[in-house]
Amino acid sequence: MLDKNGIAKRIAKEVKQGMYVNLGIGIPTLVANYIPLGMDVVLQSENGLLGIGPFPFDGDEDPDLINAGKQTITTVPGSSFFDSAMSFGMIRAGKVDLTILGAMEVSENGDIANWKIPGKMVKGMGGAMDLVASARNIIVAMQHVNKAGESKLLPQCELPLTGIRCVKKIVTELAVLDVLPEGGFRLLERAPGISTEQIRNATKGKLIVEGDIPEMVL
Amino acid sequence: MNKVVHSADEAIYDIPDNAVLGLGGFGLCGIPENSISALIRKGTKGLTCISNNAGVDDFGIGLMLQTRQVKKMISSYVGENAEFERQLLSGELEVNLIPQGTLATRLLAAGYGMPAIFTPAGVGTEVAEGKEVRRFNDKDYLLEMAFEIDFSIVKAWKGDTHGNLIFRKTSRNFNPLIAMAGKITIAEVEELVPAGELDPDHIHLPGIYVHRIFKGSGYEKRIEQRTIRPRQ
Repeated sequence: MLDKNGIAKRIAKEVKQGMYVNLGIGIPTLVANYIPLGMDVVLQSENGLLGIGPFPFDGDEDPDLINAGKQTITTVPGSSFFDSAMSFGMIRAGKVDLTILGAMEVSENGDIANWKIPGKMVKGMGGAMDLVASARNIIVAMQHVNKAGESKLLPQCELPLTGIRCVKKIVTELAVLDVLPEGGFRLLERAPGISTEQIRNATKGKLIVEGDIPEMVL
Repeated sequence: MNKVVHSADEAIYDIPDNAVLGLGGFGLCGIPENSISALIRKGTKGLTCISNNAGVDDFGIGLMLQTRQVKKMISSYVGENAEFERQLLSGELEVNLIPQGTLATRLLAAGYGMPAIFTPAGVGTEVAEGKEVRRFNDKDYLLEMAFEIDFSIVKAWKGDTHGNLIFRKTSRNFNPLIAMAGKITIAEVEELVPAGELDPDHIHLPGIYVHRIFKGSGYEKRIEQRTIRPRQ
């Protein structure tokens, strides 16, 4: 079973040379730590930056320089600033190659729910609805089951939706799966030490298993 | 073309109760601190605030929530504010949550003189309820209206007496968009210079969108999430 860093490390393998990538809050933010040194990848922050760098050294924090999670950050050489309309303009126009974000639920047709739990505090969708409606490739990083032990990979989402038919791939502590256009979670890889049966038991939506499923290489 | 006023109090003097305000900033980054303090001194009530966030309990728009000056918030994310949550659950505060890109682009439309935009954000979700859906090239889009804002209040890094503005790093965020969308736009700046001193090639927002400008003071620039790495 993978921990959060393991999930991030596996997702980092989906990031390729030359990509512009938007990383969401939580596990997706950790992905940046596993992008190989020397690979040319530009990270977008939807509050108006291309070229997110590492966290600043103690004492170098700049209140005018934050990411979308409101954390202090730095920039890398070649970075640029812009306003929020241009930021979502480039997202909407499909210029951002890859979006990685967390989710509460994903359905077998690629719907995603990640912004609201009715009856509890509603914080808002931030940029999530814009990102999932427009990104060309969306990978979800999440736990396979929730704290109550219930599957988060479902026939249909039960929580209010963030977007429809948009998730392409899911990486959890148990597995890598892709979402087929005709519906269904196709199992691609197992986490180290996890059996196909364990993944089947943790997946409420339609799981498609074709042949022998390899273990992830991290 | 001299748009300089001498204080935040003078800049906001005629904002009436029940006005629709736009406020720049993302989290606490690039918020008009001086003008918010002046609005609290003036005690203007029943405000509708269009702003990406609602501040925190003891800073930013959160301060105006403590004093019950805000009737309605239109935002994309309001997650860091306990007083906000209390007023929302008790029904004292009306809240309209909208996607962040939709918020930005409805402001842009207002500043560009366009009545509405089409965006795919929110299609198939509760955001789409009651909105016109149009299909272009096999994809669905929602019709979203441009904002109408009585007074816009923004924070810039540098400005000149004509109201030309330059922003710094990610404190630009919503500021130029909010500024463009206001019928009356107030800009507070860290550094105010005579017209002609800023390089015209470096202006982020032309002064035609700004009606009043003043030099702010005592900026706290609070950080919400101080994240650092150890020195090697």
